Amino acid sequence: MSQLIPLFIVLPLLGAFLNSLFVRKNTKVSDILSLLITFSLSVISFLSLFLVNKYGVLIYKVGGWRPPLGITLVLDGLSSLLLLTVCLVSFFISLYSINYMEKYTSKEKFYTLFLLMLAGMNGVVATGDLFNLFVFLELASVASYALVAFGTEKEELEASFKYAIMSSVASLFILLGIGIIYSFTSTLNMADIAKTLGGSLNKVVVFAGILFFMGFGLKASIVPFHAWLPDAHPSAPAPISASLSGLLIKSLGIYSLVRVIYNVLGLKELFSLPLMFLGTVSIMVGVVLAIGQWDFKRLLAYHSISQVGYIILGIGLGTPLGILGGLFHLFNHSLFKSLLFLNSGAVEYSTGSRQLLKIKDLGLRSKMPFTSLTTLIASLSISGIPPFNGFFSKLIVIFSCIKAGFFGYAFWAIVGSILTLASFMKVYRYSFSTEHTENREIKEVPFFMKLAMLSLSLLCILSSFLFLNKFSNFFLGPAQKTLLEAKNYSTINDFVENVR
Amino acid sequence: MRVYFLCFILFVVGLYAILRKRNLIKIIIGTIICEYAVNLFLILIAYRKDGRAPIYSPGQEVKNMVDPLPQALVLTSIVIGLAVTALLVGLAIRIYEKYKTFDITKINQLKG
Repeated sequence: MSQLIPLFIVLPLLGAFLNSLFVRKNTKVSDILSLLITFSLSVISFLSLFLVNKYGVLIYKVGGWRPPLGITLVLDGLSSLLLLTVCLVSFFISLYSINYMEKYTSKEKFYTLFLLMLAGMNGVVATGDLFNLFVFLELASVASYALVAFGTEKEELEASFKYAIMSSVASLFILLGIGIIYSFTSTLNMADIAKTLGGSLNKVVVFAGILFFMGFGLKASIVPFHAWLPDAHPSAPAPISASLSGLLIKSLGIYSLVRVIYNVLGLKELFSLPLMFLGTVSIMVGVVLAIGQWDFKRLLAYHSISQVGYIILGIGLGTPLGILGGLFHLFNHSLFKSLLFLNSGAVEYSTGSRQLLKIKDLGLRSKMPFTSLTTLIASLSISGIPPFNGFFSKLIVIFSCIKAGFFGYAFWAIVGSILTLASFMKVYRYSFSTEHTENREIKEVPFFMKLAMLSLSLLCILSSFLFLNKFSNFFLGPAQKTLLEAKNYSTINDFVENVR
Repeated sequence: MRVYFLCFILFVVGLYAILRKRNLIKIIIGTIICEYAVNLFLILIAYRKDGRAPIYSPGQEVKNMVDPLPQALVLTSIVIGLAVTALLVGLAIRIYEKYKTFDITKINQLKG
């Protein structure tokens, strides 16, 4: 069954090249192609979750070389959860792009870049080789620089340049860390590195860990490294903002950071407090800066920083409950934040503006009922109102902080949640007001955009059932186990022969 | 050890250019310098004194070769660096078309 793993990388790459080579005029073909690919990927990722629950770890040897020598693709609990998140959300994003990207020229180039970015993200999550991780990370990053600048207007170009410079410096830090680790252990296989180091707190390992922390921290936009995000995410087209905020900062940032620090270098205890502290600072800084914004998408981008803080806080805590909460919030955030970005795109699509003060007199609540409803659901989810998924994951994170005795962090997390609610009340009040003084003809968005938003909001409601033990054991349990028993990662190379 | 230190200084020179220069092209050159410092570091890891090229032929004993793996890594990382640099230069050209300047203090549409 391990033959399934390379499909996560091969299928989007194939789609990207077919798109760029053969599609010229008829962009319907590229719509169908990317829909098919992302749909089959989400089916495979569901299947991979079953496989992980059944077998534990699956390893694919690229080219038939045995693990310490060759490159491996590893499917364990954490990577299957991330693959599910990435593939599922990217399916809805490509569904949305069918109508939304009509207003841009060269739609097929958009799909090419989007699928390349998807291949990079899946590769980062699935790989078991440290340098291979760097290559896929750069693949996804280069595609995302180009996608941020896709509109080629003044602001887009400026944001993309800023993002590209900062992100490429972060990549260099990561490469430097990889070089140091290679010279110390003489191997690049991640499980083999973990085995060689054996959890020793050598100075060299700690230095490499700090380099990785800076590099992946910038990709995840933890607070001292967050300056690029509020420019880059709003400048992209709405589907790309959704996939940058919902997927890219998670797979390239949080996943790689946690995987390298926890599983490969085994520095879980050392980095626990810095992660928790920076997570809490991210929560507060992000939300305080978000409240003052009047640009719909920029406000959402600041909220991404704040919500990433919750994930980092939960995972950094390192207790079983904290890790569960962090991973649950990761999954939930990718759902509701991509939904919110798609909503802001829908508002921009219909009214031509995303400034809250400009759209406040249009009376959008009655004119765009679907968008209004889905925005309400997503806003309630992100601010943590009981029946929706955001409430449960935030509750677990905060409760685990209290249980571990970190009352200060729990307090700031609660304050952050209240401020999030306040700022989304502002968004809803201004963007979907009932009274309209200005009589402009405004239509609801086309069918596929509605479909994508509606299904994402249904998922927001459904995923709150992951709170129940029965479901969370299946969906989040394997991933939680990967991080909790981080030392076991060094033994996964023994699993090579276990499944045919 | 001294040579690693010099390599580190090269990296810091690149970082200085990125942080302090106001011209877009100079910033791009800064990233290139940084990148080359990291590539040089990878090559230095592989270096053995009086080592020979890592080519194995029958009848030859495996002795005193340089480590071939970082050389392969550097090749990959140079190609990636080329892609990033090309994209950055392309962005800089488009920015010049829109703003008519390379000065980053005048390219300030985004605030807050």
